[in-house]
Amino acid sequence: MLILHCPYCGVDADETELAPGGEAHLVRRGPEASEDAFHDYLFVRENPRGVHFERWRHAAGCGKWFHAARCTVTMEVFGTYPAQVTEPPADLLAAISAKRPGWRWRDFT
Amino acid sequence: MSTRLAKGGRLLNRNRALDFIFNGRHMRGFEGDTLASALLGEGQVLMGRSFKYHRPRGVVASGAEEPNALMNVGEGARFEPNQRATTQELYDGLRADSQNHWPSLEFDVGVVNNYAARFLPAGFYYKTFMQPRAAWKHLFEPVIRKSAGLGRVPKERDADRYEHFHAHVDTLVIGGGLAGLTAARRAADAGGTVLLIEQTAHWGGRAPVDGGRIGGADPEGWVKNAVQELDVKDNVRMRTRCMGAGIYDHGYVLAYERLTDHAPDADGPRHRLWKIRARQVVVATGAIERPLSFAGNDLPGVMLAGAVRDYVVNWAVSPGDRTVIVTNNDDAYRTALALHSAGLQVPAVIDARTAPQSALIQQVRDAGIRVETGRAIASVKGRARVTGVAITGQAGEGAVLEEIGCDAVAMSGGWSPAVHLWSHCGGKLVWDEAQAFFRPDPDRAPTGADGAAFVRVAGAANGAMSTAEVLADAGADAAAESETPAPILPVWIMPQGAGPELRAKMWLDYQNDVKVSDVQLAAREGYESVEHTKRYTTLGMATDQGKLSNINGLAVLSNALNAPIPEVGTTTFRPPYTPISFGSIAGEARGDLFQPLRRTAMHDWHSINGAHWEPVGQWRRPYCYRRGDESVEDAVMREVKNTREAVGLLDASTLGKILVKGPDAGRFLDMMYTNMMSSLKVGCCRYGLMCSENGFLIDDGVVARLSEDEWLCHTTTGGADAIHAHMEEWLQTEWWDWQVFTANLTEQYAQIGVVGPRAREVLDLLGGMDLSKDAMPFMSWANGTLGGFDVRVFRISFSGELSFEIAVKAAQGRALWDALALAGREFGAMPYGTEALHVLRAEKGFIMIGDETDGTVIPQDLGLNWAISKKKDDYIGKRAQARAHMTDPDRWKLVGLETLDGSVLPDGALALAEGENANGQRRTQGRVTSTYYSPVLGRGIAMGLVHRGPDRMGEVIRFARLDGTEVEARIVSTVFYDPDGEKQNV
Repeated sequence: MLILHCPYCGVDADETELAPGGEAHLVRRGPEASEDAFHDYLFVRENPRGVHFERWRHAAGCGKWFHAARCTVTMEVFGTYPAQVTEPPADLLAAISAKRPGWRWRDFT
Repeated sequence: MSTRLAKGGRLLNRNRALDFIFNGRHMRGFEGDTLASALLGEGQVLMGRSFKYHRPRGVVASGAEEPNALMNVGEGARFEPNQRATTQELYDGLRADSQNHWPSLEFDVGVVNNYAARFLPAGFYYKTFMQPRAAWKHLFEPVIRKSAGLGRVPKERDADRYEHFHAHVDTLVIGGGLAGLTAARRAADAGGTVLLIEQTAHWGGRAPVDGGRIGGADPEGWVKNAVQELDVKDNVRMRTRCMGAGIYDHGYVLAYERLTDHAPDADGPRHRLWKIRARQVVVATGAIERPLSFAGNDLPGVMLAGAVRDYVVNWAVSPGDRTVIVTNNDDAYRTALALHSAGLQVPAVIDARTAPQSALIQQVRDAGIRVETGRAIASVKGRARVTGVAITGQAGEGAVLEEIGCDAVAMSGGWSPAVHLWSHCGGKLVWDEAQAFFRPDPDRAPTGADGAAFVRVAGAANGAMSTAEVLADAGADAAAESETPAPILPVWIMPQGAGPELRAKMWLDYQNDVKVSDVQLAAREGYESVEHTKRYTTLGMATDQGKLSNINGLAVLSNALNAPIPEVGTTTFRPPYTPISFGSIAGEARGDLFQPLRRTAMHDWHSINGAHWEPVGQWRRPYCYRRGDESVEDAVMREVKNTREAVGLLDASTLGKILVKGPDAGRFLDMMYTNMMSSLKVGCCRYGLMCSENGFLIDDGVVARLSEDEWLCHTTTGGADAIHAHMEEWLQTEWWDWQVFTANLTEQYAQIGVVGPRAREVLDLLGGMDLSKDAMPFMSWANGTLGGFDVRVFRISFSGELSFEIAVKAAQGRALWDALALAGREFGAMPYGTEALHVLRAEKGFIMIGDETDGTVIPQDLGLNWAISKKKDDYIGKRAQARAHMTDPDRWKLVGLETLDGSVLPDGALALAEGENANGQRRTQGRVTSTYYSPVLGRGIAMGLVHRGPDRMGEVIRFARLDGTEVEARIVSTVFYDPDGEKQNV
């Protein structure tokens, strides 16, 4: 039962107010995409044991979509930010790297 | 035999006797009794039968950890099975029955299992029921179903009320013993809000029973004082009979408060489920005593030493005149003293340790009690209850040195911290070698949103076992007199060299009948993981979740595997700590409050005009309107015919209405729908299909362009909220730079379908708009006034008839409906419901989302290519529909189906193909998606998805009925009625 801060309305929202939307920052593939690229877009997802960027909607609140950076192991929430971006904010990435030395976004090696 | 002592009982009110009935027998106890103490007070040691072998069982514990004394409590609408007699407080008139026996507790047929025990080893189910296959269905399953499960299922609707309660606190303290009271005091002094909960009805935990001195006072006085000091603080709330059930992420805690289980006639809810958010949680849940594993340790009369002490001190119950104590640690010596000071005999203390020395032991010796060290119980004598114990050396194999006659055995294998709550949310444990238990690892606590620990443990739950250590651990100012106990000797089986005969009589899990020999067998058979062993042997899988058995069981497993205990580890602790009622989980959400009911503006009219309701999402829609004693089927047929022949009225208000507005609205809708919406002319309507990014059809409906930058999108009734959310998701997360607003106006408007050849006459009678074919062609809309109402009229049809849908502000919906019903009277107008709507649309071959679609169907499967734009570069689902599987000509596609005999095909029936698949099942080639009797055609009509269906027109295929027979149907066009559309084009 998470609590996430909605960056739009400012509410610290209980999970019951929120609807999950899966991995954040997917790049949409349209009719021009190859079979493989489209397959990956539709089906292939990150599944990190650790820092994860995910989409949430404040469904029973202001209705807005936002992103959350969360550790899937410890449930630590590093931050939330509006969904109208194509990648996580640089300061958030830096803050996570500071807490988790060596961590880089989408680096699963 | 157990009995009530003449004096004592710190929790008893002897001035108030309570009558209760156990297995039909009238008994008497006192206020302050639990059901278990009252039964013991009446000499009732035998309290139930075990699950597998039906062995006679007595109460073994005094609290929530009790595995044996499970009762059916109450009757009728207040009946509940599996209530622990140790936590059920006695009340006047309580009725309880023991469980799991037939015909009676004393004589139970199922006990034959006991004598067949050697044929029922660990993993018995997996080994026995494999072959022959047929035996499963006809022999094993009926027998297991009959004998499985504990207690009976309540037959009546629960008469009690339950509620949920939300609380936000700075500090939640779980457990009201010394540690909990101390921690609550510290948190309160620091200034934050504090909630202190205790699962029993009493504060102080074990301290008042265990004795000693705290800061010069007796523990009882100290507790009373501590409670009073907390009680007057404004920032502290305290609740007894309130158990911490589970700890979850980010400081979320469920607590289970039993408000009237002890007083069923009291007002108010029976149980309350607390949903707590706490910044800090202090787990002060104490410790649970472990049994010792010796042969016959499950006989009625063998109890935990701490429980014996509780019964003597709290409830003045003697477990028997002569109680032998068997232990591997100092704590059980307190029981010897408690029994001794109550005037009861302690024939011997059997201590497995070779030469333990401490002040406490000396005190017992000084009392003249015989203490035998280095000794063990070889076996307990007696059949249905204890008559004596055979003594042996702990170091040996069980050669009997002497027998001691006794009525009860008090055992202590040491105490295990109650780490359940700590572990629920990821707190890790360390094995404490010296004290022989797992305790919380403070370096690996459950962490919250900020990455810091939000749970800490205090007192015995943290491994602080003496009063002095408990107080120090919880941060108390007062100090207790400290004594140094003699070290514990870990004893996992007794005697340590016991052979197979004895090991097969050493019970680990009383409720599920798991013995030392079962765990050892599992290890021999290769079950090395504790999680696998648990499931194979059912150790710890009973309703007590192994509170007594887990540590002993995994120690036995680790010995069998020759691996250290911490390497074997524990099974996973999962909430709730003890079972909580389904009623508390449901709370107020039942009956009318189960979920909101959405009513249209015309709901009341439907209700008084014979509506037979159908739930559609949260809406109620009339399925049909019955006249007099007309059957539902007849009503539907009448409504269909009347709509085809005269005119019908449909409450279409529940259809979703989403306004999409903005400079980029057209462009946006071109992405949302498969067809082109940007090219729609103002004043016109277009039927649209909406797909998911996977290409599957998710919704359909008519879109009207209201102005240059406004479109009104109709959705299905059930889809309105989801489709609105779908639009918002794409707008907010993909095309956030497009200037579009959406608004869900579903409830702002009532909408009435006026459908049938005489529809125009009805509306003309109301007057105010030119609705002629030329002025208002098919698939157009217009604003205007009808009979004085400001309306928007859509000329659209879901029936194939001349049809107008009239939207009006919701507040005027009922008035307009009344006006239409009145005006329609002379034209034969009747309301029709959802089932007639279905028949009408099926006769025309119109698809219904949820019937023809199921999340695996693309528009191309349904012959809807005409509604997919070829001009557009992109729309949601376009790329997916080009994937190889989607363009495969072998897909099942929509066709009409006509049975050769005119009968109605069963809904969902499968079309049979030749041969069998790899699983030996009949191959299929299609299925029925919609099927109805058409009163106009006088025969059954259906639609279905059939392999290459549209290429097979005229072919006859067979469908399976549930009764095993088959029915032949011809593949035909989906349009059964008026194929040229002449009826709506007037």
